[in-house]
Amino acid sequence: MAKIVGGICTSHIPAIGNAIANDLFEDPYWKPFFDGYPPVRAWLDKVKPDVAIVVYNDHGLNFFLDKMPTFAIGAAKEYKNDDEGWGIPTIDPFKGDPELSWHLINSLHDEEFDLCSCQEMLVDHGFTVPMSLLWPERGEDQIKTVPFCVNTVQHPVASPRRCLAIGEALGRAIESYPEDCKVVILGTGGLSHQLDGERAGFINKEFDLECMEKIVSDPYHYQNMSIHELVKLAGAQGSEFILWLIMRAAMGKTPQVIHQNYHIPISNTGAGLLCLDTVS
Amino acid sequence: MTNTQAPIFGTTFFDGQMAIKGYGLNKMCYSFNKAENREEFLKDEEAYYDKFGLTDAQKEAVRKRVVLDMIAEGGNIYYLAKLAGLLGLSVQDVGAQMTGKTVEDFKQMLVDAGK
Repeated sequence: MAKIVGGICTSHIPAIGNAIANDLFEDPYWKPFFDGYPPVRAWLDKVKPDVAIVVYNDHGLNFFLDKMPTFAIGAAKEYKNDDEGWGIPTIDPFKGDPELSWHLINSLHDEEFDLCSCQEMLVDHGFTVPMSLLWPERGEDQIKTVPFCVNTVQHPVASPRRCLAIGEALGRAIESYPEDCKVVILGTGGLSHQLDGERAGFINKEFDLECMEKIVSDPYHYQNMSIHELVKLAGAQGSEFILWLIMRAAMGKTPQVIHQNYHIPISNTGAGLLCLDTVS
Repeated sequence: MTNTQAPIFGTTFFDGQMAIKGYGLNKMCYSFNKAENREEFLKDEEAYYDKFGLTDAQKEAVRKRVVLDMIAEGGNIYYLAKLAGLLGLSVQDVGAQMTGKTVEDFKQMLVDAGK
């Protein structure tokens, strides 16, 4: 049977993709951010997951406002990135796992969550930046992936309650997959940031630090929070925190924190990183 | 369709009403994912506006490069970011413009948020 071995939360700011492409790991601006990742990669090297389910949001590469699913899932053999309009380099395609994808689609459907299935799906920086941070070298035997895309572009955006519920169902779906495989779930994006309006540049360190703690010990703390309240506390794009909630709810009982890092600012964002091991 | 909750300072909820209002502008910005479209825009902006049916107010906002006006006219920041990139503006440049700060002051504000 499949087993969830752990979860990783990480921010996914596009500037990180450029910093990686330009080798800025030791640059004074970037070092406090990049230094968070080696302990997480060491954990991945030890645990060796077979599949990563990547919960992320598309920022206008695969989806436009003509069709905007609340929840969409990749069901393709491979996933490519592409030009997002500002020159993030294109990288080697990521390997998919269509059989696991369809198992998840069917299982979630049985639990009354209807996902938009995608046999062709471009993945943007929301997906590629975390993958590049966690698996900088991908060879022939690279980890398989399932992109799980959540709308944060257009309101109504799924509430924390809805995200916790779909996360729980995702966890059950993974653990009912009959193949022996080790699954890691990534919750990407966040933490607090706002790109638009007169409130641009809003960062809420206090809220972020509380998120870093509660996401581990008490994710249901956020269950009754509205998206409106989340936007107020985390900034317009800080609502990406719902992606962390999906990941965390899928993991079930309180995990063990392997490593964490929090740094302000990366671009306009409070950047958070958490590596969580499933306690068996 | 409309968000009826108490407004948050300096924050526009991109809901159904804004999605309808901004569709042409956002569609134009989404087209900038392709390099050939970016080139076409730079060659003849006015013709490119018309291709996507921008309203007069949207055209004026883009002509003047005023991001707050683009947002008021239904622009969504995720798509506007592609226009900003095409114009060589970083998210800090755009943030500085919207908050009426210099870019240096805007960056300092971000650094100070970590203290």
